[in-house]
Amino acid sequence: MTDSRNMISIAILALGGQGGGVLAEWIQEVARHHGWLAQGTSVPGVAQRTGSTVYYVELARADADGRLPVMAQMPMPGDVDIVIASELMETGRALLRGFSTAGRTTLIGSTHRVYAISEKAAMGDGRGSSDRIMEAAGQRSARFIGFDMDAATERAGSVISAIMFGALGGSEALPFPRETFEQAIRDSGIAVPSNLKGFDEGYRAAKGAVALPVEQEHAVPVPTTAKERALDARAQAMLAPVALSNALHGIARLMDYQDADYATLYLDRLERIAALDRAPHLLSAEAARYLALWMSYEDTIRVADLKTRASRITRVRSEVQAADGQIVDVTEYMHPRLQEIGETLPAPIGRILLGNGPLAKMLAPFFQQGRHVRTTSLRWFLMLRIVARMRGMRRASIRYMEEQARIEAWLALTEQLAISDTELALEWIRCQRLVKGYGDTFERGLRNFATVRDAFLALPDAQRNAEWLRQASAMALGDDEGKRLDGFLRAA
Amino acid sequence: MAERSFKAEVKKLTAGAGETFHGEGILAVTKALLQSGVAYVGGYQGSPISHLMDVFADANDLLESLDVHFEASASEATAAAMLAASVNYPLRGAVAWKSVVGTNVASDALSNVASGGVTGGALIIVGEDYGEGSSIMQERTHAFAMKSQMWLLDPRPNLPSIVEAVEQGFALSEASNTPVMLQLRVRSCHMTGSFVAKDNVRPPLTVSQAAAAPVRDLDRIVLPPANFLHEVEKIEKRWPAGIAYVRDHRLNEWFGPDQAHGIGIIVQGGLYNNLNRAMELLRLSNSFGDSKVPIYCMNVTYPLIPEEVAAFCADKQAVLVLEEGQPEFIEHELNTLVRRADLPCRIVGKDMLPRAGEYSAQVIRDSIATFLRAYVPALVPAEVAADPLPAPIAAQIPQRPAGFCTGCPERPIFTAMKLVERELGPAHVSADIGCHLFSILPPFNIGNTTMGYGLGAAGASAFKTKDKRAIAIMGDGGFWHNGLTSGIGNAVFNKDDTVTVIIDNGYSAATGGQDILSSRADNKARVTGNPIEKAVRGVGGGWVRTLTRTYDLKRMRDTLREAMTTPEKGPKVIVAQSECMLNKQRREKPLVRKAIKDGQRVVRERFGVDSDTCTGDHSCIRLSGCPSLTIKPNPDPLRLDPVAHVENSCVGCGLCGEVSHAAVLCPSFYRASIVSNAGRWEKARTKMRQATIGWLQRRDDRARSARAF
Repeated sequence: MTDSRNMISIAILALGGQGGGVLAEWIQEVARHHGWLAQGTSVPGVAQRTGSTVYYVELARADADGRLPVMAQMPMPGDVDIVIASELMETGRALLRGFSTAGRTTLIGSTHRVYAISEKAAMGDGRGSSDRIMEAAGQRSARFIGFDMDAATERAGSVISAIMFGALGGSEALPFPRETFEQAIRDSGIAVPSNLKGFDEGYRAAKGAVALPVEQEHAVPVPTTAKERALDARAQAMLAPVALSNALHGIARLMDYQDADYATLYLDRLERIAALDRAPHLLSAEAARYLALWMSYEDTIRVADLKTRASRITRVRSEVQAADGQIVDVTEYMHPRLQEIGETLPAPIGRILLGNGPLAKMLAPFFQQGRHVRTTSLRWFLMLRIVARMRGMRRASIRYMEEQARIEAWLALTEQLAISDTELALEWIRCQRLVKGYGDTFERGLRNFATVRDAFLALPDAQRNAEWLRQASAMALGDDEGKRLDGFLRAA
Repeated sequence: MAERSFKAEVKKLTAGAGETFHGEGILAVTKALLQSGVAYVGGYQGSPISHLMDVFADANDLLESLDVHFEASASEATAAAMLAASVNYPLRGAVAWKSVVGTNVASDALSNVASGGVTGGALIIVGEDYGEGSSIMQERTHAFAMKSQMWLLDPRPNLPSIVEAVEQGFALSEASNTPVMLQLRVRSCHMTGSFVAKDNVRPPLTVSQAAAAPVRDLDRIVLPPANFLHEVEKIEKRWPAGIAYVRDHRLNEWFGPDQAHGIGIIVQGGLYNNLNRAMELLRLSNSFGDSKVPIYCMNVTYPLIPEEVAAFCADKQAVLVLEEGQPEFIEHELNTLVRRADLPCRIVGKDMLPRAGEYSAQVIRDSIATFLRAYVPALVPAEVAADPLPAPIAAQIPQRPAGFCTGCPERPIFTAMKLVERELGPAHVSADIGCHLFSILPPFNIGNTTMGYGLGAAGASAFKTKDKRAIAIMGDGGFWHNGLTSGIGNAVFNKDDTVTVIIDNGYSAATGGQDILSSRADNKARVTGNPIEKAVRGVGGGWVRTLTRTYDLKRMRDTLREAMTTPEKGPKVIVAQSECMLNKQRREKPLVRKAIKDGQRVVRERFGVDSDTCTGDHSCIRLSGCPSLTIKPNPDPLRLDPVAHVENSCVGCGLCGEVSHAAVLCPSFYRASIVSNAGRWEKARTKMRQATIGWLQRRDDRARSARAF
C-alpha cells in the first residue's frame, strides 16, 4: 500500500532523555541522502521530563513531475509502517494507540523495563506483566524485533538511541544501505565512535531472536558439611518436592544468619505445618519461604554483618561501575536508634537501656540523628564487625525473644487454620509479607499485620476465608497511611 | 547559558538567496523574520516557541551586524508593549510567546496597540499549545484576534507556506495598519522541513534611527477622543483594507475541483495536512493533495473574506467546516456570511465533529465519513472494524506522568514539605507554573491549585489564616515575570500570613533553561546575579530565609517548620537555591571528562542500594521519585517483591541518603565516592587499609563457610 504512495511512516516512542529526537534526525538524514523528502515532528512539551513522547517521521518521494507529497503531522492508527519503541511498555503503548498493525508494521521494541512511578512506588510488587505485552506485540505486527536494548547499550557503552538506529538498519525495513546509516552518525559529529559501536550492536541484535532480559537463576544450595547433609536429608524426607527448593534456601539462609541449631529450629517449625498440608503442598512451600524470611529478621547484627562482607564491596564496585585503577569509598546512611541497639543487646542490659532510666537519658542524645558510616575506613569497619560478631549473643536479645514469640503465634494460628482449610492457612502464611523494613517502616508493617489478624479473628467463622485475607493484605499494601485498609475493614 | 547551545542553528540563519534551509518550523520563522527586514524582536520563552528566543539569544553578533534589536522580554506584556515602536514609525517588529497563556498576559498592551493601529508591520507569533502534549488550559487565541481586531494567520503546515505567511503578515499589517497574529501549532513549530532561503534584509529604518527622529501623533494615543476614533477607523478603514489585501494577494487557497457532489470542505490552513491524510485514507485524495472534493483552505482565519466564502458556498448544498477548538467562531461567522449572501448552503461543523480536542487525521477521517453519510452516501467508504488492545493487556501499561529530572534540586523541597506535613498535618498549597508544578503528581501529590505563571503567592492570598498557614510555591522564572509584585509585594502590603517558597534554580528551567535576572551564570549579553532575597526585602519582605543547598533536607524541613509556626506576622518567604541539575550536568560533564583525561584527581559520587538489606517497601521512592532511583527483580531466592535500585544515571545529589536519615527509613542506602587518578600517597594508604580489612574479611568468610553452605 505504501509503495504505491511512495511514502514510509515511522513512529518513535521514547522516554524523556532517551534521544528519540536524535534518532528521528538521523533517520531523516539517511532518507535525504537518498533523495527522499523527510519530515519529522513531535510534541515534547513537559513529556521531555520523564514522560513518554511520540516522534513521527515521514519519508516520501516526489512524483514523476516532481510534485512533493503532503505530509501528515502525526501517526495515524493503522497507517504506520515502522514503530520503534525504547522500552517494553512503550512498545505496549504503541499497540494501545493502534500504531502497530498486523500484517503491515515492522515493530522494533526494547524488551527491557523502565518502571513507571506507579510501579516503583507500590509497597509490594506493582509491576505490569511483560509477557502479555510481548505476546500482543507478536500478534499485532508484521514483524516484531524485540531485544533488551538497555543491555545492548551497556555492552556497547553507547546510548539507546544509537541501538534503536542500529536495530532499524538491521531490520532492513528501510530501502537504504547500512553505510548511509553510519554516515548519518558520522555527519552528526557527536560521540561518533560510541554511537557507531551502539549502531553495530543494535544492527546485529535486530537479526537475532526475540528475547526478554535474562533473569538470574537461583541454584538450589548443595550441602557440603555433615551438618548440612543431615539438615538436607531431613528436609528431603519431610517435605513435598514443591516445597524443597524454598526449604533448602531457607536452611542455607538461617545457617548463614545464625547457625545449624537455628536451621534445625526452622525445620522443626516447618515440619508442624507440613504435617497438616496436603497436595498441591503450596502451604508447605510458602511456609518454607516466609518462615525463613521472618526467622532471618533484619536486626542491627544482620545489617552490620551484610555490610562488612568481602562479597559486598565487590558487588558495590561492579554496581557503580568502578574501573580497576579507581578507589571506591563507601559511606552508609544508618540511623540506629537507642531502641534498635537496646533490642540487640542481651535482654538484661537491653531492658535497662530501654527503660526510661538515667542511662537511657544519658545515651538518648547520641541516637537522635543519622550517622554517616564509612565502611571502607578501618575504624568504622571494625565497629561494624564488632556489632556483627554479637551474633553469638543474639538468642539472648530482646528482639530475638519478641520475634520468636511473634513467629510462634503466627505459626500457631496457621496450624489452627490448616486443620480445616489449607488454602486459608496459606493466605495467612503469606500475610508475613506485611512485616518488613526498618524503623518506622517496620513498625507500620507490624501494625498492619496485627490489624489484619485481629480483624480476621473478629470475623464470624462463616466469613473467615482466604479471599478476605488476600484482599485485606492487598489493602494493607495499598498505601502507607493505612487508609485503604481502614476503608476495607470498615466496609467489611 | 540555555539548556543547549544554538550556534549551529544560528549559522542556518545566515543562509543567503537560493540556499536550501533545513530545520524546524519555528526556526524557519526566525529566518523569515530576518528576510523580511524586521527591525526589532521580543518575546517570552515557552513551548513551543522557546527555540525562536533561544536562537536569537545566541545570535547576537548576527543581529548586531543586521542592526536588528532583540530583547528577551521580562514577560509577554513587556514584549507586546514593545510593538509600540511600530505605532509611529515604519519599523517592522515581531514578538513571540506561548499561547493562549502568553496572550492572556499580553492582552492589555495588545488591546492598546490594536486600538491605535500601526504604521510599521507588527507581527505576533503565537505557539498555539493546544491538544496532545499541551501543558495549559485548552483555549483559543482566535478570541483575542476577534476582540481586538487583529488579523490571524494559520498557514498550511509546511515550511514554504509558513515562511510566506511571515512575509505576507508584515505586508498585511502595513496595508491595514493592524497588528497581525501568526498562529503555529505545536507540531508545526517542531516540524522539520526545508525551504529556499532569501538574503537577510537590513531594516530600512533601525530603532535607533527612529528614536533619533521622534514622531508624535496624538491620534495614535488611546485616550479620548482618539480612542473613539480608533474604533471607527477599525471598522471603516483597517478592516476593508485588510480584507482587500487578503483577497487581492490570494492568501487563502483552493484545492480540488470547483464542483463535486454539491459539497465542499472549509479548513483552517494549519489542519490542511491532516485533512489530506484523512481524505487519502477515504480514497478522496492522494498523497499529492489531488482532492476529489472542493476545498477552501483558510490561511487567514480572521477576518473571513465574504466574497470568497460566498463564491465557495454558492451552488453547494453542504459545506463541512474543520475548525479546531471551541467556541466555533469561524462556523458562526460562516453561517452569518451565508445568510447575508442568502445562499441555501448548509454549514456543517461541530454538529458532526467533536466539540473539543485536537483534530487529528483520525478524527477528521471519521467526521468526513459521518458528513458523507448524510450528504453523499455514494462516497461513504467501507467501515474498517476497530481492533483495540484487549483491556487485560492495556491494563498492564502504566501512565508516565511528567516528573522531576534525576537529581533535580526541587525534589528535596517537596520531600521536606511531605515530612513537615507528617508533623503539622496537611496545609493548603497554592502551586505555580514551572517544573515545580510536577509536585502535584505522584509521588509527592502536593498542591491544590495553580492560577498562572508567577501567581503562586497570589493564589494563596485569599487565605487569611488563623492557625494553619497556607503555603505558596513560586519559581524564580515566575518571580521575575510578575511574582515579585503580584505575589510578594501584594502579600507584604496586605499583611498576608502565608508561607512562600521561591525555588531559585538559576534559570527559567521549564522553558529551556534561559537566564533570568537572578541567574548565577555570568552572561555577556545580559545582566544577571541579582539575588531574589534582595528584591523581596526591597518590597518590604521581613521574614526571609535563603537556603543555598536544597539537598540539605534537614535544614529545608526545619526552615519550613519554622515558617509554618513562627509567631511573626506577615509573609514568610523561603528562597530555596540549588542549580537546575539538567543545566548543571550539561555544563560540568564535559569539564569532568576533560579533568579525568588530563590525569587530575576527580571524585564522582553516586548512590546505591544494598539489595540484601532492602526489603522492598519502597518508602524511599515514595519520598523521592528520582528517575535514577528505581526497582529491579529481587536477587534473593526467597523474597518476591522487587528491591530498590539506583541506576548509573545517578548524579549523587544525595537526597536518597538524606531521606533515609530524615525519615528513619532503612540502612540500605550507601554513597560511593569513586576516585579517579588518586595520588600515590592516597593509593598507598588505601592499599594498606584494604589489606587489613581484607584479611579480617577472609577470616570471617572462612568462619561462615564452616557453619553455612
